[in-house]
Amino acid sequence: MPEMLSVRNLRVEVTAHQPDGSSSRLVLVDDVSFDVSKGKVLGLIGESGAGKSTIGLTALAYGRGGVCMTGGQVLLDGEDISKLDTRGIRSVRGARVAYVAQSAAAAFNPAHKLGRQVIEAAFRHGIMTREEARKRAVYLFGVLGLPDPENFGERYPHQVSGGQLQRAMTAMALCANPELIVFDEPTTALDVTTQIEVLAAIKHAIAETNTAALYITHDLAVVAQISDDIMVLRHGKMVEYGPTRQIIEAPREEYTRALVSIRQTSREAARPDGDVLLNIEGLTAGYSDVDVLQDISLSLPKGQTFAVVGESGSGKSTLARVITGLLPPRTGTIAFNGTPLPPARKDRSREQLRRIQMIYQMADTAMNPRQKIRDIIGRPLTLYFGTRGQAKTGRVKELLEQIEMGPQFLDRYPAELSGGQKQRVAIARALAAKPELILCDEPTSALDPLVAEGILKLLLRLQEETAVSYLFITHDIAIVRAIADRVAVMHRGRVVRQGAKTAVLSPPFDDYTDLLLRSVPEMEIGWLERVLEGRRGNQRQSAAPIEMERS
Amino acid sequence: MRLRSMPISARIGLAGIMLVALCAIFAPLIAPYSESAVVGEVWAPMGGDFILGTDNLGRDLLSRLIYGARATLFVALAATLLSFSIGMTLSFTAVVSGGIVDQVLSRLNDLLMSIPALILALIVLAVLPQNIGILIVVMAAIDSTRVYRIGRAVALDVSVMDYVEAAWLRGEGKLWIIFREILPNTLAPLLGEFGLRFAFSILFLSTLSFLGLGIQPPVADWGGMVKDNKEGIIFGVSAALAPGAAIAFLVICVNLVVDWLINATASLKGARGDA
Amino acid sequence: MSAQEETVSGQPGNQMSAARRGAPAPAAGRAARSKNSLGYLIARRMALGIALLFAASMLIFGGVEALPGDFATTYLGQEATPQAVANIREELGLDRPMTERYLSWLGGILQGDFGTSWSNHNSVGEQIWKRLSDSLLLAGVSALISIPLAIGLGMIAVLYRNRIPDKVISILSLAAISLPEFFIGYLLIQFFTVQLGISEFPATVYDGMSLGERLSAIVLPVATLVTVVLAHMMRMTRSAILNVMSSAYVETAELKGLSALRIIAEHAAPNAVAPVVTVIALNLAALVVGVVVVEVVFVYPGIGQYMVDAVTVRDMPVVQGCGLLFAAIYIVLNMVADIVSILANPRLRHPR
Repeated sequence: MPEMLSVRNLRVEVTAHQPDGSSSRLVLVDDVSFDVSKGKVLGLIGESGAGKSTIGLTALAYGRGGVCMTGGQVLLDGEDISKLDTRGIRSVRGARVAYVAQSAAAAFNPAHKLGRQVIEAAFRHGIMTREEARKRAVYLFGVLGLPDPENFGERYPHQVSGGQLQRAMTAMALCANPELIVFDEPTTALDVTTQIEVLAAIKHAIAETNTAALYITHDLAVVAQISDDIMVLRHGKMVEYGPTRQIIEAPREEYTRALVSIRQTSREAARPDGDVLLNIEGLTAGYSDVDVLQDISLSLPKGQTFAVVGESGSGKSTLARVITGLLPPRTGTIAFNGTPLPPARKDRSREQLRRIQMIYQMADTAMNPRQKIRDIIGRPLTLYFGTRGQAKTGRVKELLEQIEMGPQFLDRYPAELSGGQKQRVAIARALAAKPELILCDEPTSALDPLVAEGILKLLLRLQEETAVSYLFITHDIAIVRAIADRVAVMHRGRVVRQGAKTAVLSPPFDDYTDLLLRSVPEMEIGWLERVLEGRRGNQRQSAAPIEMERS
Repeated sequence: MRLRSMPISARIGLAGIMLVALCAIFAPLIAPYSESAVVGEVWAPMGGDFILGTDNLGRDLLSRLIYGARATLFVALAATLLSFSIGMTLSFTAVVSGGIVDQVLSRLNDLLMSIPALILALIVLAVLPQNIGILIVVMAAIDSTRVYRIGRAVALDVSVMDYVEAAWLRGEGKLWIIFREILPNTLAPLLGEFGLRFAFSILFLSTLSFLGLGIQPPVADWGGMVKDNKEGIIFGVSAALAPGAAIAFLVICVNLVVDWLINATASLKGARGDA
Repeated sequence: MSAQEETVSGQPGNQMSAARRGAPAPAAGRAARSKNSLGYLIARRMALGIALLFAASMLIFGGVEALPGDFATTYLGQEATPQAVANIREELGLDRPMTERYLSWLGGILQGDFGTSWSNHNSVGEQIWKRLSDSLLLAGVSALISIPLAIGLGMIAVLYRNRIPDKVISILSLAAISLPEFFIGYLLIQFFTVQLGISEFPATVYDGMSLGERLSAIVLPVATLVTVVLAHMMRMTRSAILNVMSSAYVETAELKGLSALRIIAEHAAPNAVAPVVTVIALNLAALVVGVVVVEVVFVYPGIGQYMVDAVTVRDMPVVQGCGLLFAAIYIVLNMVADIVSILANPRLRHPR
């Protein structure tokens, strides 16, 4: 019996058109082979640019913007779909192979009700009548744990939450009863507490319908929960391919080993507290008539890392805006080194501004694309210390040295740097001001895991060398474990828990911290089942709300 | 956006603009006759001494066409430059200042834009004395409202970037923010916009002159030449078509270059967006 | 001509930055909901339209007063005696305070009275109403022809994107938007009237003409207007549809294996309606202004011709009246465009 999907020596290239009419070809995927059989899930994992999505879309004989398959075979139930004509391809898409996109919010048509879109493929391909398809949709809504399955399809996409949309998209893929589903990072855009729900729903639905699936993600811990086999990809080539247990527990390749061990770094217990650098009392702030932050009080000791952890909408980024003076608070005070800071940026002196520097999530947008690296790092030197000419160049070189980059970068533009290098330059720019506090707003969440790890190590080393303090904003508990001394957990604009890291991350927990900690996927097979089991136990006792997402 | 990667259409456009510019600069050397001298009979046909024939007063059409390039290019270019200076200054000030300054300027701009450009020009020119200086100022003032709208949108897009916020947080002044952070990153789209406004200015000026409200005789400009010779059309005299074709030629050339500029900057943007 | 100024895009950027900026908690959505209700938004847009109309009337009246130049002198010529000037100021009512004259002017207009012409002492209102219908006939027929053509050609350009039909359409429309209206008009006259002799010039219409006679008289002016407006409308329609076609939900439909026709009809079209209607309304506004030049070219007795004639002799009541009328049409069409896009937004039509 042939495999459900069998990919042989796949090669995919993209043709890039220049405005002058010339074009160049680029190999995206080279010599990749794998098999997926009925009822099994294959995880495709890799960093951005590894070619995961491109491979997934070839199973639907689809290529985005000039991408096309130039070699190998894609056999669906023994038949090479890359050889099909337009009509043949159409009869595969939606009917035999279905696709779940990363952003369901964009993938649903805003003009139509969800139900109509969910049954469309099943009905249009003549697989079911409209009524049969509707019944199946209702059944799938139930399987996926959507509220009020009977009437869920009557809603428009903008009327339901992100997590619900992602599940509705899974229902849409499953509705026509396809032989294979391609999941393309279906939980990446979700908060962790939502992600676990969607993940569980997808796993349950796959088991229930006995479909084959390709599960694409950059998160090894996530894919470990859901797949039977894993293929590790890098730069369009296969690195390692094997059963999930072998990949997680006994990786053969060094790259895989690095991916597996990534979340296991952890910094030892918090150091004894020193003098207070930043002290916030009774802070309330917000936009127009809405309070995004309510009654926040926290204090940050000198030379330490204070992690603020929370999900989207928790107000953690707003906190950074208030500290920098971009958003003056309604009430409350911010004291720096014992003296109160003016609430608005405009009223702060240059010296006050110098002491607090910031590192952004997107290094791309944090640096002026029209300035050279020497100017980006050198500007604070001139502005704050009046350093110019040779002295300035010398100091910039020193800073480049400190961030493990050489003087050859002096005259490059940000666009010529990789993501990790850009973030390093942003760190150097902050260091150039000789600050006492650096606000780090998710500085690693846009980076690939190995690169992110390098940035975290750099930050820790710089802290040892310069005794700078960090206020580190993140959604990722693993990062908190790795670098924090003190932690504050934020939820819906309030600090629900704070203190030394060991104390905050040890039981007894409050409800939210408990949920947050349990939701972070661990690199361990069977973790998902264990958590869900534990949660069901809890639910019987307290009926705690599992749905933490906003709607 | 390299010159070497310029497609053939944009090269043609650029060559055309240069041709007209050369005519304008060296008009006295190129033109066979003077601008205003009556040298032949009225509406003489093409050929012979007069390559394109003569106009409604017996002046050489080709010479007037060459001199007309001067007035047309000069006034349109001056108006566009002035309108960009006004529009960009005000829109950048509005974005960087924000708050009430932005509100007042933007609402005022909305008001001026609520009256169609041609109608506003007709009303204003009905009142003001007719000379080239006033014409340029009026054209620029009307056009600057369009520049303001684009300039504000473009500057606003850049001003919310993290690097601008970082500059504010560093303690930079408004001038640094405008000239070092925002302006360099808006030049590419604004260059395309400049071309678009220039093409519009040529058409607008020609229309005003055609209606008798633009450049006044005896100075030759292409729109005015169409007006002078329009009576001839019905008698089969095509003297009005030559200056019309000249306007069309110049605007098509400008638009060809603009198309390339816009595509080149759009593809720059697109290259950044893929995940 | 002014269609070139408007661009359909531009909105998404602002929305994105707004979303990036604020970290509005769930509560923000709730507070904003009442402010985002359909009725509220439409009422607000209409109020803005009316406010703009008033402001425009003040601008047209007050701006003219504020500009240098004395009408009495203009009226009588440079050699007029001071006494004659004073007399004429009184006769024209220029000696009364400005606010008083503005209010009586506006009050008159609201009742259909645009005052009296300085040059021939006729009622401006009568002339305007008579000529308005002729101008609207010209604009209306042009709109009826160019709207379906523009949408059709725009869709063809999208279907054959970057292939021969698209390129041909693109080059022709680029040429068409580069030609001044009067040049197109004279080209048509030269070809159809002078060489072929199958069309009339000038395009005169008068009372007592049947609709058929009128239509045959305005063939060339309509053709001129259509050429200009069609090109703009087509280019904007093309980019509006392309914008929708490149969205993720169209890709979803494609990955469902739907046919191209069904994707366009069921997934792209409902979302393209709003931007396309906006394009149409903006171009209709441009069309109304475009009649000014075309009427002069074809010596057509419409409101544009009336205004241009008045401007050359500085007949201010006529200039102000016509100006206000054009501004009003323009403002109303822009308002309609905005209201349609509010109505077409499913987020607003089906609140949570």
